[in-house]
Amino acid sequence: MKFAVLVFPGSNCDIDCFKAVEDTIGQSVEYVWHTATDLSPYDCILIPGGFSYGDYLRCGAIAQFAPIMAELKKAADEGKYILGICNGFQILLEAGLLPGAMLRNKSLKFRCHQAELQVETTRTVFTKDYRIGEIIDIPIAHGEGNYYCDEATLQELVEYDQIVFRYHGSNPNGSVDNIAGICNKSGNVVGMMPHPERAVSAILGSEDGKRMFTSVLEAWRMNHGTATIGS
Amino acid sequence: MAQQLSALEPTSEQIAEQKIYKQMGVTDEEYGKICGFLGRQPNYTEIGVFSVMWSEHCSYKNSKPVLRKFPTTGPQVLMGPGEGAGIVDIGDNQAICFKIESHNHPSAIEPFQGAATGVGGIVRDIFSMGARPVALLNSLRFGKLDNDRVRYLFEHVVSGIAAYGNCIGIPTVGGEVMFDESYEGNPLVNAMCVGIIDHDKIQKGVAKGVGNPVFYVGPATGRDGIHGATFASEELTDESEAKRPAVQVGDPFMEKLVMEACLDLINSGIVIGIQDMGAAGLTSSSSEMASKAGNGMELHLDRVPQRETNMTAYEMMLSESQERMLFVVLPENEAKAKAIFEKWGLLCSNVGSVTDDGRLRIIQHGEVVADMPVTALVDECPVYNKPSQVPVYYIENSKIDTNRYDEVTDLQGALEKVLASPTVASKEWIYNQYDHMVRTDTAVKPGSDAAVVLIRGTRKAIAMCTDCNGRYVYLDPEMGGRIAVAEAARNVVCSGAEPLAITDNLNFGSPEKPEIFWQLEKSADGISEACIKLNAPVIGGNVSLYNENAKGAIYPTPVIGMVGLVRDIDHITTQGFKSEGDTIILLGETKPELGGSEFQYMIHGVTEGRPPTIDLDVEAAMQDALLGAIRNGWIASAHDLSEGGIAVALTEACISGELGADVTISTELRSDIALFSESQSRVIISVKPEQAAKVSEWFAVKGVPHQTIGQVKGRHLTIRMNDTAVIQTAVEQLEKIWKDAIPCHMG
Repeated sequence: MKFAVLVFPGSNCDIDCFKAVEDTIGQSVEYVWHTATDLSPYDCILIPGGFSYGDYLRCGAIAQFAPIMAELKKAADEGKYILGICNGFQILLEAGLLPGAMLRNKSLKFRCHQAELQVETTRTVFTKDYRIGEIIDIPIAHGEGNYYCDEATLQELVEYDQIVFRYHGSNPNGSVDNIAGICNKSGNVVGMMPHPERAVSAILGSEDGKRMFTSVLEAWRMNHGTATIGS
Repeated sequence: MAQQLSALEPTSEQIAEQKIYKQMGVTDEEYGKICGFLGRQPNYTEIGVFSVMWSEHCSYKNSKPVLRKFPTTGPQVLMGPGEGAGIVDIGDNQAICFKIESHNHPSAIEPFQGAATGVGGIVRDIFSMGARPVALLNSLRFGKLDNDRVRYLFEHVVSGIAAYGNCIGIPTVGGEVMFDESYEGNPLVNAMCVGIIDHDKIQKGVAKGVGNPVFYVGPATGRDGIHGATFASEELTDESEAKRPAVQVGDPFMEKLVMEACLDLINSGIVIGIQDMGAAGLTSSSSEMASKAGNGMELHLDRVPQRETNMTAYEMMLSESQERMLFVVLPENEAKAKAIFEKWGLLCSNVGSVTDDGRLRIIQHGEVVADMPVTALVDECPVYNKPSQVPVYYIENSKIDTNRYDEVTDLQGALEKVLASPTVASKEWIYNQYDHMVRTDTAVKPGSDAAVVLIRGTRKAIAMCTDCNGRYVYLDPEMGGRIAVAEAARNVVCSGAEPLAITDNLNFGSPEKPEIFWQLEKSADGISEACIKLNAPVIGGNVSLYNENAKGAIYPTPVIGMVGLVRDIDHITTQGFKSEGDTIILLGETKPELGGSEFQYMIHGVTEGRPPTIDLDVEAAMQDALLGAIRNGWIASAHDLSEGGIAVALTEACISGELGADVTISTELRSDIALFSESQSRVIISVKPEQAAKVSEWFAVKGVPHQTIGQVKGRHLTIRMNDTAVIQTAVEQLEKIWKDAIPCHMG
């Protein structure tokens, strides 16, 4: 399985995502620069955290115009696996690949600490290895993670089982319905504010993020296997 | 040679007659010397350039005699003071590059940008050496939080540090902050950066090779930060607010691009010399690079990217616009360098060349607008041996018995008060605003004795901390200087690391006052003694003088930034208790020492007498024995005793470990003194009960005084003095007081 980590000017969790893929599932992974125009070699695309283009406008607002984004949309349509983390989530929202928008944290302050999440669905390719209702420990680090959408969109998210993670206990940013992560209708595109790539070894404080990587490998193997058998 | 560059600028004659140089901080004697070096009177640009290069900030003219006291060598030192940052060896062709720097005065005027650009500046110092920055720390001082202005400064300094560090993607992993009236109006904002480098990648800021082109990279030059170095070298007054334009504005996104591009450039192997434009911008980088190579440099200002029109040579040379770098490559490598910067969307301009005549020559609009000998700018600034005098307060304090206070019997209440002191209280409110995890190497996060950052691909890690108790230094500068180094080392050792070296940030009042100069001298003596004894030389640092407010000088605050090596990640140790039933042992001796303590300040409302004493031989023996025990795998937790003494240390070990403790201390001291004394060279450790005898034996053989005081137990903290229980409370209750203190002040 082949992973891409997109790199925009100002991305700063690109190395962490790269390391996490190598360390957790040992699959092939490459950086793809924002000016690239081909994502066809990759099975899974990670959009890392950071401050793309400085995020001086709304977070992710400029990144949606990067040359690579047309390819990313194509990849999403093709059903490739896409995970946007933190700034990556913000970019997916701005690009319209996921519904809703991001506001500044309710506290108006950047928040960085461990956070408890409740797994809400295991139907996405990134959450197969979790159990519904399971509480996991994944850190957050953001200033604009206050997810917002209107009532109708929220209804739809619930109806189509698109809420992937909710904050458990206290909500660190004021997001609608305690949302920490969502997916698209087909479940191949996931965006989340917490950083699973920071929770992949005990020495960093938590290993609960590991299963997002094992899940996607598992999903790919199943699909790949099915395809092979079917052909 | 142009005598007058703009109708608005004074002529050379006017500068001399009206003594305009004095407004720039240049004395009559210095002006005379400058005329001597030039063989004529300087024009406005030249006097401006000299004034910043000869400011305390750039020349260390007042502090040099003191800095010479520091031990700066050792087998581990690859680069000592003099370059952008010092470097220490950690084996396997790897090294650690680190430095601390202050941004006190800018932060007093414009806290957000002042603090943010302080971070930006120190990060550039590290990557311009060729190192990859991996961690940031800071050391902050503010007045008391019940003051509106202090809260404003505190809030915005913290968000400025957060905004810059978070965006650039370097974790802010540690630091310290103290609150005391002494710092009101003149906060201290010291930022430290730590980087990792391979030996063969170490860069120097040298302009070698006559004829080689000089390149400028980074954002265009504007009028911001003009005379920043001079501003940093004078006292803050009511007029300081008017100098707000001298505070630079940071762009961390730009710095991230410049950092990545410069590291790419350095890795390509084509760099001859590289230096950041810090204080005094283009002036200091160009003249220092030329000086270090024994060469000269010609700069063409028309080729320098400018974001404002009609800038004069004076303005361009003195601008402190941020995120700019200067570097030299061979002419044939120009295209290669440009291609690297193009990838990152950065402008890279050829702005001059290396010359053989030892002059810094500035050309604008086809005219030579300044022409000065490089050595005069960099090396010939007069050095002053300031008069020094023992202050009256110091003599008076020798008469004060710090045990004369009435005995405090409500020790539970006293503990709660001390825990609620913002200096002692949890700093979560601060460090939760910093991304302390990015780069996913932070093994010990903020809130323990020292932060620990892993070195990818090895079993090694780096421990780091900042430390200084300004009250101790004020009460006895030499003792306080020793303690600052010893405590930093103790923190690093408690984390499982051996101290490698220190960087220091000497924050003092005006050196023109003999009493202040005495503080500076004495504390440098103390620092030097401790550095030698604990084998941690000074490999770089910064001096910030003239830190004064309406009431006088701040407490002398020589902040120590220390880095240590964890040889194996299995040695990493944290302060929190680990398991129910573990035996708690107190290392070191408790003496009746309340001078300068948090208890004295919070309960008795004074800072007086003599601070705790320290015997460096005792300290070294304790640290050595503790590190040995940690490396033997015997120590479950280790926590240094500092502000608030054993009462606070036990509370913190309980809170961090989410466990309780049942402790009995046998002592001949009065209970309040024993609980809150800040005697040095003390650590509380916890060990598996089955190993307690062996560990006691180990410390006995090593000659380290120790006492088994109890065990980790339940969720309550019980402390008995001899047979009397003096503290008996749920850890949860103490935790609430400790955690809520700063948020309560900040609303």
